[in-house]
Amino acid sequence: MIKFFLMVNKQGQTRLSKYYEHVDVNKRTLLETEVIKSCLSRSNEQCSFIEYKDFKLIYRQYAALFIVVGVNDTENEMAIYEFIHNFVEVLDEYFSRVSELDVSFFNTVFHSTWQAHSSTEIGSCFITQAGVQRCNHGSLHAGSLGLKL
Amino acid sequence: MPAVSKGDGMRGLAVFISDIRNCKSKEAEIKRINKELANIRSKFKGDKALDGYSKKKYVCKLLFIFLLGHDIDFGHMEAVNLLSSNKYTEKQIGYLFISVLVNSNSELIRLINNAIKNDLASRNPTFMCLALHCIANVGSREMGEAFAADIPRILVAGDSMDSVKQSAALCLLRLYKASPDLVPMGEWTARVVHLLNDQHMGVVTAAVSLITCLCKKNPDDFKTCISLAVSRLSRIVSSASTDLQDYTYYFVPAPWLSVKLLRLLQSYPPPEDAAVKGRLVECLETVLNKAQEPPKSKKVQHSNAKNAILFETISLIIHYDSEPNLLVRACNQLGQFLQHRETNLRYLALESMCTLASSEFSHEAVKTHIDTVINALKTERDVSVRQRAADLLYAMCDRSNAKQIVSEMLRYLETADYAIREEIVLKVAILAEKYAVDYSWYVDTILNLIRIAGDYVSEEVWYRVLQIVTNRDDVQGYAAKTVFEALQAPACHENMVKVGGYILGEFGNLIAGDPRSSPPVQFSLLHSKFHLCSVATRALLLSTYIKFINLFPETKATIQGVLRAGSQLRNADVELQQRAVEYLTLSSVASTDVLATVLEEMPPFPERESSILAKLKRKKGPGAASALDDGRRDPSSNDINGGVEPTPSTVSTPSPSADLLGLRAAPPPAAPPASAGAGNLLVDVFDGPAAQPSLGPTPEEAFLSELEPPAPESPMALLADPVPAADPGPEDIGPPIPEADELLNKFVCKNNGVLFENQLLQIGVKSEFRQNLGRMYLFYGNKTSVQFQNFSPTVVHPGDLQTQLAVQTKRVAAQVDGGAQVQQVLNIECLRDFLTPPLLSVRFRYGGAPQALTLKLPVTINKFFQPTEMAAQDFFQRWKQLSLPQQEAQKIFKANHPMDAEVTKAKLLGFGSALLDNVDPNPENFVGAGIIQTKALQVGCLLRLEPNAQAQMYRLTLRTSKEPVSRHLCELLAQQF
Repeated sequence: MIKFFLMVNKQGQTRLSKYYEHVDVNKRTLLETEVIKSCLSRSNEQCSFIEYKDFKLIYRQYAALFIVVGVNDTENEMAIYEFIHNFVEVLDEYFSRVSELDVSFFNTVFHSTWQAHSSTEIGSCFITQAGVQRCNHGSLHAGSLGLKL
Repeated sequence: MPAVSKGDGMRGLAVFISDIRNCKSKEAEIKRINKELANIRSKFKGDKALDGYSKKKYVCKLLFIFLLGHDIDFGHMEAVNLLSSNKYTEKQIGYLFISVLVNSNSELIRLINNAIKNDLASRNPTFMCLALHCIANVGSREMGEAFAADIPRILVAGDSMDSVKQSAALCLLRLYKASPDLVPMGEWTARVVHLLNDQHMGVVTAAVSLITCLCKKNPDDFKTCISLAVSRLSRIVSSASTDLQDYTYYFVPAPWLSVKLLRLLQSYPPPEDAAVKGRLVECLETVLNKAQEPPKSKKVQHSNAKNAILFETISLIIHYDSEPNLLVRACNQLGQFLQHRETNLRYLALESMCTLASSEFSHEAVKTHIDTVINALKTERDVSVRQRAADLLYAMCDRSNAKQIVSEMLRYLETADYAIREEIVLKVAILAEKYAVDYSWYVDTILNLIRIAGDYVSEEVWYRVLQIVTNRDDVQGYAAKTVFEALQAPACHENMVKVGGYILGEFGNLIAGDPRSSPPVQFSLLHSKFHLCSVATRALLLSTYIKFINLFPETKATIQGVLRAGSQLRNADVELQQRAVEYLTLSSVASTDVLATVLEEMPPFPERESSILAKLKRKKGPGAASALDDGRRDPSSNDINGGVEPTPSTVSTPSPSADLLGLRAAPPPAAPPASAGAGNLLVDVFDGPAAQPSLGPTPEEAFLSELEPPAPESPMALLADPVPAADPGPEDIGPPIPEADELLNKFVCKNNGVLFENQLLQIGVKSEFRQNLGRMYLFYGNKTSVQFQNFSPTVVHPGDLQTQLAVQTKRVAAQVDGGAQVQQVLNIECLRDFLTPPLLSVRFRYGGAPQALTLKLPVTINKFFQPTEMAAQDFFQRWKQLSLPQQEAQKIFKANHPMDAEVTKAKLLGFGSALLDNVDPNPENFVGAGIIQTKALQVGCLLRLEPNAQAQMYRLTLRTSKEPVSRHLCELLAQQF
């Protein structure tokens, strides 16, 4: 089960965060700082899974941006790992060559996209391919988000 | 940004965003935002009604400002207005604003709920989806209450669009997770299962998620999902790489759905229906086969997606643990990954293999990869992968490869990361113990462990080696020789000194014959380390020295010299000082025989759960210790201590005991200096103020002296560290069983016996009281052949008993084997008079079922009675002094037992008072006197019992200086006749 989803840049600024389990707002900052710290301290040779407290972090780095997903121990690490990539592909298609700037300046779009992506609504901490594949195949483009800025 | 700048974008918003983006400083940004906020405010307040487009634009700007981290305190109303718009984009922004900025403004929630209700009923699929998304996003209890009943209906309605069904399933899932009680189960559950057959893959995916969660609670309601999931899985797995169109990800058909289906199947045991099972096995084989096929794409995404399915398949195979063929194939597949160049795969393969190792079918197959795993431990550059490798080695260890694995782990320890050293130390210690065939190897291993990573060797580890050496006489000589050699290293770890000190003190005589390790050499070797060690170690060494005096009389003079030195006798640390003083006196006062008795060799330790294993379990979650937990893999495994009979530790301990010095009969001033010394750490608790002259050395006292606490350096005491009586609070325990009072009454006049017995458990009591102190031994006997789990007896003080009676309990082992008996020691101190006895709550699991039992602990106020002899004259004088009406309690009652003078006498003596002859003019009557000793006060107590044989009645009169005590004693005693 996914516990949270984070997009954090190398400077430690959170660009997008979404929690599926209640975490106090002031504890979130701490958590995000620690999470990015543990991601930054890792080298390319290390695996993409970090055991962190009682759960696991699965992360991928895209340029200066880290996407980190916190999951409990019953989750399939590889599936989540590839799911992150799928999400990025969707963004990439939507923004044509997505960058960190897009994330920070089109925050609202990102909220919608992630919502649509992580299967139409956040609530479900589940990977639903449906959302993903619909995005992949253009319904996002066709303006279903209606948020053309 | 072509994709976003074209279309009917909101120009004002784009301008605002680019303004913000161009701001040079934080101040400029804030200024721009404030300007915009003022503008929006005036627009919202203005007379002119805003059209939908402007409203959407301004709400969007507010949302943007909020997401930049500024507070927004208006605009909610406008957002809610947008909800009722018929334009998708306006409605969508409204919902987005509400999902992100929802607050508990009740007025607003009502409006929002209304809008959602309308949209849900609108039959417009996009609007319905938006509403469902909003419910899921907010997911609050209020929303749940309002809509939980509607959503299942929408979910299973025949005419719902696919996208609506999908959203409804996920929305329901979210609400179920937030508040399961709100989601009503009903006939819709059966229809949800059939969504697995839906044409639309998105609906299937959402439904799988929902069912996986729901079936955790009601597995039987959803049982039919097994066959549906299997057939769906089989269709996906056997489809060609392009059959599923949209749902194909880099030539892998529906990878995430496959993973979810496999996960759902893990909620259930293997299918019972042979056809379904056959089909499933076929699927699993296909997945394993596909892993061997050449990839359809060179892209890493392709192999990642494929491997995600593969790992989930292996999880399912491990979960079933019934198909030897598949298990071995899974193991071979993982074996290939162990050498893959992708770190992620190596990590995951090690992790999965760890669980495979505990299956009896694949354990051997896992073992074939031992060299690769050892290599991973040595060469892997990622610490988390190395950790997995260490875990796997631990899991695959058995008798055949223990020596290799332990030596590899020891070698790794020298370079291991600090973060995992302690865990590795524990694992090595456990493996060495569990698979030791000869104990010299075990001793070598542990000493190596201390040498290599002394700082990480916790107390549990070295206590354990001492226990084992003490219990196995075939290894004692070797251990002594080895520690002696180890101590000769110029720098050795303090833990080594501790182990060495203890072992040489106990078994140094076994190597004393060799001139290279003659007693003086041993002593000077140990003493050369003395000054570098901490207080605890030095205290231990002092005990070793006194043992040396016993073992090797020729060292006596030297050691006495050391003890006599100012640095010991006047040491600032009371513990050291006390030991030096006591040991010095002991060595000069006691005869050789006494010394030999006092310092007799330690008795074998009673077997208990390995404390190291317990520690590892605490440290690591499940998995780490799993391989050792289930003994099924190695049923013949013969623990080092397995053969040792549990021996009650009532034999002498090496502590300097005042009682054992033969000084007991001497008048109080001859008590050893210890009790006068600083801090009564070592003094027997029963050695209270000058033993009463009336108490000669009786057999009873021998019992007491055996019970005295072991000296602090003895591992037993350290392992079973006394804990203050755990107080779960009266609310945590059940009321005493109905017969508790009756059982208690049996113990008013006696101290030993069976307190309780049923089919499962027998509780025996043995207790001793003196003055205001008592010690009680509780014996818990498991009458069944099944182990009791989580066995925990606790003592609870109801009400304000806490301030009246102090009960210290020692922990007992959490497991009680079938037929075995464990004992628990209770130290009791009466602080002041009390009326209610403490409660004893015993909980354990028997065959999975929790058992709880609450009894009254047989501690009543009369236990602290001190009999007092006095002449008739004195008696009457005192009787008169206690003549206030409230000081007297009287009871006239019918005899429940035959009236036999001898029995009555015995009961009164058992009650604790002295019986005074020739006091009462009527020889038939009984008269007694005593003092109740509590820490705070003493209560004098006189009693008179007048039997009337004709009427079969008694009259009992109690006079004490405290009213409640009189009444309470009177009641207690009256029930005895």
